[in-house]
Amino acid sequence: MKILVGVKRVVDYAVKIRVKPDRSGVVTEGVQHSMNPFDEIALEEAVKLKEKKLATEVVAFSLGGPKSQEVLRTALAKGADKAIHVQVSDEEASKLESFHVAKTLKKIVESEKFDAVFLGKQAIDDDSSQTAPILAGLLDWPQALYASKVEEGGDGHMKVKIPFVLSADLRLNEPRYATLPNIMKAKKKPLKAIPIKDLGVDIKPQTETIEVTEPPVRQAGGFVEDVAGLVAKLKEKGFVKA
Amino acid sequence: MKRVFSTQAIQTAIEKSLPEFQKIVGNAAVRTQETIRRQFARDESHFIGPPPAVVLEPTNVEQVSQLLKLCNDRGIPVVPFGTGTGLEGGSMSILGGVCLSTQQITGEPVLREQDFVCSVKPSTTRIALNDAIKHSGLFFPVDPGADASVCGMVATSASGTNAIRYGTMKENVLNLEVVLADGTVLDTKGKGRCPRKSSAGFNFTELFVGSEGTLGVITEATLRVHPRPQFLSAAVCSFSSVHQAASTVVEVLQWSIPVARIEFLDSTQIKASNAYSSLTLREAPTLFIEFHGSSEKEVADQTEAVKDICQSHEALDFDSGASPEKMALLWKARHNAYYAALAMRTGARGFTTDVCVPISKLADVISETRADLDEHQILGTVVGHVGDGNFHVILPTIEEDKSEHRKIQAFSDRLVRRALAADGTCTGEHGVGLGKRKYLREELGENTVRLMHTVKKALDPMNIMNPGKLLPEL
Repeated sequence: MKILVGVKRVVDYAVKIRVKPDRSGVVTEGVQHSMNPFDEIALEEAVKLKEKKLATEVVAFSLGGPKSQEVLRTALAKGADKAIHVQVSDEEASKLESFHVAKTLKKIVESEKFDAVFLGKQAIDDDSSQTAPILAGLLDWPQALYASKVEEGGDGHMKVKIPFVLSADLRLNEPRYATLPNIMKAKKKPLKAIPIKDLGVDIKPQTETIEVTEPPVRQAGGFVEDVAGLVAKLKEKGFVKA
Repeated sequence: MKRVFSTQAIQTAIEKSLPEFQKIVGNAAVRTQETIRRQFARDESHFIGPPPAVVLEPTNVEQVSQLLKLCNDRGIPVVPFGTGTGLEGGSMSILGGVCLSTQQITGEPVLREQDFVCSVKPSTTRIALNDAIKHSGLFFPVDPGADASVCGMVATSASGTNAIRYGTMKENVLNLEVVLADGTVLDTKGKGRCPRKSSAGFNFTELFVGSEGTLGVITEATLRVHPRPQFLSAAVCSFSSVHQAASTVVEVLQWSIPVARIEFLDSTQIKASNAYSSLTLREAPTLFIEFHGSSEKEVADQTEAVKDICQSHEALDFDSGASPEKMALLWKARHNAYYAALAMRTGARGFTTDVCVPISKLADVISETRADLDEHQILGTVVGHVGDGNFHVILPTIEEDKSEHRKIQAFSDRLVRRALAADGTCTGEHGVGLGKRKYLREELGENTVRLMHTVKKALDPMNIMNPGKLLPEL
């Protein structure tokens, strides 16, 4: 079984997100980025299957700007055999939608003949959670979404026939760390870069972002002296019947 | 040098200084509400104390410098406060003065990958640091358990289970940016410098490691980071006696087997862990070992060698494994030890002792401690970083019971004196803080204690930096 694993370069989960002053999006310049955590889990599952000899090859894929290669190298250091980078400019990358990613994945799956696609259940920057189901629809493949366990055979769980699309949930596994020797070896593993136009995929945006704002600032609360005061306030505000 | 602080004088001085504090850090960073101040009134120790009169939250080293200068001019005591995870009262404002919270001094860790060095600001905690650098294949190994601020770990000279192989904070700090009591800012090894070794100047870096806020405020730490081990495995082995387990440890070290972790759990702890985690380990003194290596063969060879040594010391059971699942299972008793010990007694909170002795004396000291617990009918378990001769007794106590509290204090006192009599130390890793000052004279000797005061007087003549901690009275 040849597995294609999608990995996305996203703003690191620990970063405090700030909205750009012009409200066109969030600040990504100079901000720490890393592999989408759910993609790490998807990759770990694919590599584990290879270690159990249930998969023959794990290939990492990313659709993004030039820096997506960093995330692909990390994937190689964590056990992927090869990597494919479908290149767009940073400007184009900022407008990509799940539909475009799914269409691109479909092209790669068909040209390189994969048996399964593993994706994270959602990316932590847009939380779309759409790429896996859209891809399954485009390929007309069964989909195993929000997978929290993958086993050979087994009863009481959903059985899927190869080929299939899987989206990884949080509890599926604990991703391994990339060790230095593996990071160094990864530099020599093949990474193929393909400009998006060579694939003939239309990445014209289907949605337009009108405005990005922060949630309204939380209003300061009031202090009450005691429980009686609390109850009075609750009644006053209509949360409790007077 | 000894100032007599009256709470009233301190309170008055602080009230007068509030407008100036506000000018330095902004109104929002001067916290006077009682509910806020109470959050900074305690750490993870058992001491009770007053809340600080004010909590200040500087965001950079310049503000720290200005605040300290002001407090120094007015004789206002200052206590630096990181994550409040200390175990010895080090960050408590026992005089109700200024609490200087360091957690708003933020900044991303700066990693120099090929130099194996990373610089962090006070807001970076241990887990956040490792998260930030995980993509590089490097890690910061010192693991005291809690998710403490790294600069706080510097201040207490923290240690952890893998000190045997990777060292404690002392071996892993290369450079520190500190602010002295009078507001002077300096870098102990020079700004931005991080050679792996140097013969230039006094060793100020290590002076501040373990200084528990009494010599200055640490505003940046440059640390050694290490490559993550490529291969790991674990082993667990039980013995017929504490002595056999301890002798095994000595021999493992004599054979130069570079174990990454070697931990000891006594029978009482095993019993508690069995109950808590539904395990079936033999209730006997047990060693928990972890191996790191650059090849599967290397860790397998280490495991074999240790197995042989264990068997030559009448090992009862030996089990090992290299898969993450097996390793987690093997170490479960050790991982859950603290909670398992507390679970022995409903409603109990944990009181943990901390002494360290030369390894040759370890077996005797542990056995005598066990005898002491049994004789005085005190419930407690022994968990030790035996490779370093360091062990903790975990005592599940009911805090409200005053007579039990006294009994435990007396036990702890006997334990420290036992450790000192064995050429050891009153604290292996938790620090001196409030409660262990009284042992330092016996441990270090009069002349060394006097030298501590000489240094303290030179760096903090007004004694505003965390007064009442670490240094015993002259």
